[in-house]
Amino acid sequence: MSDAASALPNERTSEDVALGIRRRVFEHTIRNNGGYLSQACSSAEQLAWLYNEELNLGDPTLPMVPKPFGGVPSADNPEYHTGAGYNGPASPAYDRLFIAPAHYALVAYATLIEVGRMAPEGLEMFNQDGSSVEQIGAEHSPGMEVHNGTLGIGLSTGAGLAWGRKKKGESGRVWVYMSDGELQEGQTWEAIQAAAHHRIDNLYAIMDVNRQQCDGAMTSVMEVRDIQAKMEAFGAKVVWIDGHDLDAMREAVKTPHRGQPLIILANTSPFRGMPSLQLRFPRLHYVRFKREDERAKMNRDIARSLGIEPIDYA
Amino acid sequence: MVEMVSRPYERAFRDYAVANPEVLCLSADLTSSCEIDKFRDDHPEQFLSLGMAEQNMLSFAGGLGLAGYRPFIHSFGVFLYRRPYDQLMASIAYPRRKVRLMGFLPGVTTPGGMTHQAIEDIAVMRSIPNMTVLETGDATEVESICEAADSIDGPVYARVLRGAVPRLFDTPIRVGEIRELSAGDDILVVTSGITTEEAMRARTALDGAGVSIRHVHLHTIKPFNTAAMLDHMASVKGGVVTLENHVTEGGIGSLMAEIIADHGLGKKLVRLGLKDTYAHGGSRPYLMNHYGLDAIALVRGIEALTGDRYGITEEDLEAVRVEAVHSNVKAEGL
Repeated sequence: MSDAASALPNERTSEDVALGIRRRVFEHTIRNNGGYLSQACSSAEQLAWLYNEELNLGDPTLPMVPKPFGGVPSADNPEYHTGAGYNGPASPAYDRLFIAPAHYALVAYATLIEVGRMAPEGLEMFNQDGSSVEQIGAEHSPGMEVHNGTLGIGLSTGAGLAWGRKKKGESGRVWVYMSDGELQEGQTWEAIQAAAHHRIDNLYAIMDVNRQQCDGAMTSVMEVRDIQAKMEAFGAKVVWIDGHDLDAMREAVKTPHRGQPLIILANTSPFRGMPSLQLRFPRLHYVRFKREDERAKMNRDIARSLGIEPIDYA
Repeated sequence: MVEMVSRPYERAFRDYAVANPEVLCLSADLTSSCEIDKFRDDHPEQFLSLGMAEQNMLSFAGGLGLAGYRPFIHSFGVFLYRRPYDQLMASIAYPRRKVRLMGFLPGVTTPGGMTHQAIEDIAVMRSIPNMTVLETGDATEVESICEAADSIDGPVYARVLRGAVPRLFDTPIRVGEIRELSAGDDILVVTSGITTEEAMRARTALDGAGVSIRHVHLHTIKPFNTAAMLDHMASVKGGVVTLENHVTEGGIGSLMAEIIADHGLGKKLVRLGLKDTYAHGGSRPYLMNHYGLDAIALVRGIEALTGDRYGITEEDLEAVRVEAVHSNVKAEGL
């Protein structure tokens, strides 16, 4: 079992963390015959890089095994707290992270485990009644600080927090992990416009550009066209990278962006590390196997791709 | 054992839209989740994908209405009014466009947590001038919701059930009707949507305890048949209990309170539902139990109303239907 000491950055390589994320999400998906699996393929390197290298976070302030659901915010619930403590304390020097696409929660939880911020038992509480480890990350879920399940609100909240922190002279940055489907919501553009207008340059976003959404390929649902040109026109500093290339992330974050938010566009594959998932295209948003033979074959094939034994789910 | 019907909306919408070419199918990236994916594939000329962009979709639908079409907008109920409320008002409700807002996963029928759970939609929609508000409670009502909604000369919001839906009724929705499910004379129980099935689960035990329940089901919440409700209220010696998949403010509990006060009836009223709280993520039976929306909560509510104790426990109620978390009738984990 992991403990907090193993959370020290670079004890493991980010490649290793990314592989661990894919393995955990795969195992969960096969066992439960359902999960946000393709999101692990596309986002594993970015979340591994953030948590294992880039983010300046303190030690977790919440128990390794998550507490049960403790009620919603209310004047009658003075013990209420968010799940942000898994990212450490909200001290001025530390960074903050929002997972804007809240259905990536399964991948985010797997990341917390891989970097020693949550016990593996936490994932067994996923989507269980009475658990705080919710299917759609809630603000009381591990690693979450605000609700983002209604897509498109994450970057705006990040911009507000970043503006406030800058005004207070805090050195910690605000990071928002985003997905490209959010580009269809007008609010995303309003957020960039406001961040640029107010010169909020302690705001950083990395976007998983996997070109998939609930209905399928984004081109078939609603085209978003030239993301970089649009974002730059709205006032952001934008860098395109290969979203599976850790060195590219390490370089991209050094891009000067004085007076502008920095948005890293991570070009990714929703099959990365699990090539057999291509057979399901364009039904990738939520992977559930309708036939036992498909589940068994995917179990064998993906396990082989990930270098592990097939999952015993019987 | 109650008959379970698989994906009744999918067939009902197809049949209705094919027969009515001025009906358009609009979707906001929840096409399979709202059971219209097959319609999209089979009838692309009647389908418009508007992406994850609800504000635009609602005003766009207003424009379609202006062009003489009757758009059916499909999404989770919560996404049809929280973000695009201004557009709902200005582009749809005020000008009385014939836009049909099909709201899926009402209340706690979704494990998606606060952001996915429409718990105050009835209150919001009831307060909008020109709006008609319908709610489906079984497969027969889902099968007739398209025709019922499209019969309205103005905008309609409907709570729609999806996936495996029990069949409780054998007659379609007739807008304005109140269904009388039992004709007792002690207590009036008023339910709508999924809480009707809960009240039916409690009926045998309550009969056994000697409480005579008059149970009515509402599929039409606005406009409301006040005259028929006054007759039901006059038919019971005691008070009224409402059970709703919604906050207790502004929904059918409030509707009964308004009728009682408006007509000086002096009836005692117990409103059951979400008590000034948000919900959270979890399975439907768990959430219904946790927030007091289920059959046992109704029994306790009736006890609170009468001051009696019936000695009824969970075991005395008919078995809860158990749904698999990952069922083939659902598009994703939600």
